[in-house]
Amino acid sequence: MSGTTLPAVDVVLVGFGWTGAMLGQELVQAGLKVLALERGAWRDTSNDFAVTFAQDELRYYYRHALFEEPSQGTITFRNTPSQHALPMRELGSFLPATGTGGAGVHWNGQTWRFLPSDFKVRSHNEQRYGALDPDMTVQDWGVTYDDLEPYYDKFEYLCGISGQAGNLNGEMVPGGNPFEGPRRRGYPNPPLDMTYSPELFRKAAHDLGLHPFTAPAANMSQPYTNWLGVRLGQCTYCGFCEKFGCGNYSKSSPQTTIHPVLLDNPDFELRTNSTVLRVLTDSTGKRATGVLYVDDQGNEYRQPAEIVVLCAYAYHNTHLMLLSGIGQPYSPESGKGALGRNYAYQVVSGVDLFFDKDKVFNPFIGAGALGVAIDDYNGDNFDHSGLGFIGGGYICLWNTNGRPIETQRVPPGTPKWGAKWKRAVAENYMSSASISTHGAVMSHRSNYLDLDPNYRNIHGQPLLRMTFDFKDNEHRLSDYLTDQAARVGKAMNPKQVHAKYRKGNYSIVPYQTTHNTGGTAMGADPSTSVVNPYLQSWDVPNLFVMGASVFPQNPGYNPTGTIGALTYWSANAIINRYLKSPGPLMQT
Amino acid sequence: MANRKPTVLNRRSLLTGAFAVSALGGAALARSPQPPDFDPGNRFRPDEADAPAPVTGERYVFFSQEEAALMAALLDRIIPADDLGPGADEAGVTFFLDRQLSGGFGAGQSYYMQGPWSSGTKQQGYQTRLTPAQLYRTAIAGIEKHAQAHYGKSFADLDASQQDAIVTALEHHDVDLNGAPRDQFFSLLLTNASEGYFADPLYGGNRNMAGWKMLGFPGAHYDYRPYVAQHNKRLSIPPAGIYGGPAWENGK
Amino acid sequence: MPRMLVLAVTIAGLCALAGSAGAYPRQSEISRGRQLAIAADCTACHTAEGGKPFAGGKPVETPFGTVYGKNITFDKDTGIGTWSEDDFWHALHDGKDDEGHHLYPAMPYNYYTRMPRRDVDAIYTYLKTLPAVHKQNKPNDLSWPFSWRWLMTFWDWLFFDKGVYQPQPQQTAAYNHGAYLVEGPGHCGACHTPTGFLGAPDRDEALRGNEVEHWYAPSLTEGSHQGLGSWTSQEIVHYLANGGNDRTAAFGPMAEVVADSTSKMSDQDLHDIAVYLKSRSAPKHQESDGGKPDRGPMSAGHRIYNAQCAACHTQGGGGQRGQFDSLKGSGIVQADGPQSVVHVILTGVQAVHTEHRPTAPAMPAFDWKLTDGQIADVATYIRNAWGNRASPVAAGNVADMRDAIGAKAGP
Repeated sequence: MSGTTLPAVDVVLVGFGWTGAMLGQELVQAGLKVLALERGAWRDTSNDFAVTFAQDELRYYYRHALFEEPSQGTITFRNTPSQHALPMRELGSFLPATGTGGAGVHWNGQTWRFLPSDFKVRSHNEQRYGALDPDMTVQDWGVTYDDLEPYYDKFEYLCGISGQAGNLNGEMVPGGNPFEGPRRRGYPNPPLDMTYSPELFRKAAHDLGLHPFTAPAANMSQPYTNWLGVRLGQCTYCGFCEKFGCGNYSKSSPQTTIHPVLLDNPDFELRTNSTVLRVLTDSTGKRATGVLYVDDQGNEYRQPAEIVVLCAYAYHNTHLMLLSGIGQPYSPESGKGALGRNYAYQVVSGVDLFFDKDKVFNPFIGAGALGVAIDDYNGDNFDHSGLGFIGGGYICLWNTNGRPIETQRVPPGTPKWGAKWKRAVAENYMSSASISTHGAVMSHRSNYLDLDPNYRNIHGQPLLRMTFDFKDNEHRLSDYLTDQAARVGKAMNPKQVHAKYRKGNYSIVPYQTTHNTGGTAMGADPSTSVVNPYLQSWDVPNLFVMGASVFPQNPGYNPTGTIGALTYWSANAIINRYLKSPGPLMQT
Repeated sequence: MANRKPTVLNRRSLLTGAFAVSALGGAALARSPQPPDFDPGNRFRPDEADAPAPVTGERYVFFSQEEAALMAALLDRIIPADDLGPGADEAGVTFFLDRQLSGGFGAGQSYYMQGPWSSGTKQQGYQTRLTPAQLYRTAIAGIEKHAQAHYGKSFADLDASQQDAIVTALEHHDVDLNGAPRDQFFSLLLTNASEGYFADPLYGGNRNMAGWKMLGFPGAHYDYRPYVAQHNKRLSIPPAGIYGGPAWENGK
Repeated sequence: MPRMLVLAVTIAGLCALAGSAGAYPRQSEISRGRQLAIAADCTACHTAEGGKPFAGGKPVETPFGTVYGKNITFDKDTGIGTWSEDDFWHALHDGKDDEGHHLYPAMPYNYYTRMPRRDVDAIYTYLKTLPAVHKQNKPNDLSWPFSWRWLMTFWDWLFFDKGVYQPQPQQTAAYNHGAYLVEGPGHCGACHTPTGFLGAPDRDEALRGNEVEHWYAPSLTEGSHQGLGSWTSQEIVHYLANGGNDRTAAFGPMAEVVADSTSKMSDQDLHDIAVYLKSRSAPKHQESDGGKPDRGPMSAGHRIYNAQCAACHTQGGGGQRGQFDSLKGSGIVQADGPQSVVHVILTGVQAVHTEHRPTAPAMPAFDWKLTDGQIADVATYIRNAWGNRASPVAAGNVADMRDAIGAKAGP
């Protein structure tokens, strides 16, 4: 086999975004020698997204400066197994990151905990509503909310999340989310100051008997020093979060919370521009010996390690395992195999609200997670009897930004070009707002990931093939959420409400969310999961997998909070159990 | 007289391309593939800001004179001049597009451009072999042919209502674009027109920040903390781009 | 890495003991020597970047040319392996090498001369325990006539005020110890004391601020606009120990001083330095009115500041405690010389990274995006907003600085 063999390390991390940095810090503190391999470039605030040029909508959003270019590697896509998959030639529906910090650089900062019932989606719903659609491959996580609570807390205090607790050790706190699981203490920072349009939403929702609260945000409401001693500044509501790096250290990212300490540790090493091609295993296939990677000069290296951790983007983790021949690939026909199974996404919709000109929202005063939300229709917070779906989502009036290429709300019926379009854009910019719904996607027998037989990346490897569509559960769920959002919207008394229902097949073209989940699902049953509840590979016990690829289905929240909690949960198991006795942490 | 050289600022912490980040000694890394040239306390590289260079020159470099005339007329129908603000061409959108198409965007540099090629479903998105630059060039020729065939004149010489009729036909995918994908072209045209009208002026469009002024968008202003709680109030923050604007000049 | 637990450097001058430390080096003597070498920041000039400790080769720019730090390891051929304790004492005390040649005052012997024999010997003892490195010295690159070493005789005759620090009996032990560290091994005045003819320090103006290599080392006296008048002793200690306090972070040349020297000093030493600095009265001429800035630059500067600078430094100029420097009330912002302000705006700068302040945020460069006039306006604004008061900055100052430091051309 090709490749220069390098000196061994204790741990090799594949990818250096959120999970790589979190795990790297935990493992060097435990005394291990840790190497992170990042396929992208080194990035830091004042060189790569400085206040002097970060606010560039064309460059960062429309020309995708921070993302993985499809030319380097992409996926192929089809809606159903009977279709011919074609490559995603340009970015659209989701934006996989590259470079140090990963998606932690360009996220909005919407930081949620999943509901306790989200972790038991099969057992909970079957108990309450009876048998589920047999094609729905949802499963319990093998970990509970209570297991994860300390690790949610740890992540929130790493980041300095701004928010209002709703449930402190079972005590309901006014102004917070009454549906959240009990938390041991409040958020590290108070909620963000609120702009006008979300306040109108709060009032309307409250008047309807719903339970609005200021959404939890990784945008700092005040200066913050985390438990590593790293400081963040106060958010300036500049309105350039998602798809942008933060120029003034006020959005939590690996750069602003971990890197200054981790990179100072002599037991840690980072190599950038180093793309891992596959995980290497010994002749038994039961033990990872390291990874094979290639640098940007095309030189290949074999990096031996005692522990290999996949910390790449969700579907890249699945891709790497498929390329490495670890685990049994999923087959939708037989239903056998767990690798690539349970791919899920997010179903989103919006309701546009158009007000008279006397309402001035100044939409450009925004932050990535600035908004007021209701959780009344998320998870199983409401009775689904007769609704024909399970799960739900939050409804939120976010005031993330007023970036002008992106923010062009026009009433229905407006032409797409010409004088009328121009007037509609100009007249509604200041006086319109949108309510978002953020729905769960349940895993389904025919939604999955495998290797594409026709297309290859620049390294000559088969592309990952994504087969995905929204199913009945998603359409019903999303329509229901959109109805509820429109109801709140009407109560805000705009002159016009435009509910934009999510119709038709899933499309790879318009941007929706970068919340791709599943493919290496976690669970307590090795026949339906790739990793056990400690995120350890069932097949190769010295291989761990981090990130949203372990979600068995995707609840109605943004994933990062749970990714953080799961990473610390797994780190704890690695340090306190695995290192003492290397081997499976759960018997099959 | 014991002057001290500010070496902290002169350190080149990072090499271009591959580098390793490590606080390990040189010995441990002597055999590793990349140079250990990184000081964690000094992550900032003072002379390496990844700053955008503004477009330069005045002449078109991608469009021919005829193509530019057609595009200027076409873009002016997408975003016409009125009391709200200048038309697209006056706002620099044609020029913006010329620079975009002559660069990496036009070349489809970031796209996955390997075969096999197949048209696919609408949900599968962009599947043409044409780069954006080729798509425009092909489509422009198709539009001109259409104008000549229907009106006996160049598109640029038609009156506004005739041009609007052709744009409507484009929107309905009723114009033969010499084989270029009609839906792709029209949606790209609308997106690029909007980009040129509203992007930072450093890219050549949004001249005099006309697009931003039309909306009341302050541009690259970085701190709105004093205004967050000022609900329902019209603000008068003079717009500025990444390279500033009149508000940053003394005497204005 | 945990900050070293260190003993306070004692003032040997207060002890009767002088002369050789004894027949063999004691552990305590070695560690005292190491602490003195840290306080004297020997490494700043004698350890090249990425080089072996004290093996020399570091270029030190002076207005008269480049001097290279010498190899002061105990290598017999290339270092000071043949030097006796007396030779070493003569170098630090008299400014002469082992052959009696004059040293260039880039070597701050005019400060080290304040060190008593016992302290100098301790440094000698410490250096002797380090690995000897065989590395040839690099010849200095000085312009004529400064390349004539014998001319230093006259420099010494004119400016060199030789002599060990004499404690002032009416002052406290802390004051005397602080004064010794500042005036002696710490050689703070090398940067912070105004220099006159031939780079000689102006002793009447000691520690009242000076331009150093395109930076301005601000006043360390009790001035209220310039200087440390509004700083508490604790703030001085935090700044020196951690590379910053709630007002400001160390950057530029001072970042290196903190990293190599003050962050490794004991809290007692830093406390005593603060006691001494807090006793230095403000110069009479300070707070001079540099003329009221014009409205035009102030309002343009204000708009640039609010759009670009306020994100970190805030619209009221107060910064964010412990993260972004306060410009309001800042001595360096209001310094007589605007060099540091202009330099920082042009090239950006990173705060020093220490264990207690690991974040080390960086201010980005503005050279590529602001014109000379715009930088002058915003510099004038911050020097005169929020109760600040200092002379206006002209576009020409910015242009000169741009050239001098090789910053990028403006738009």
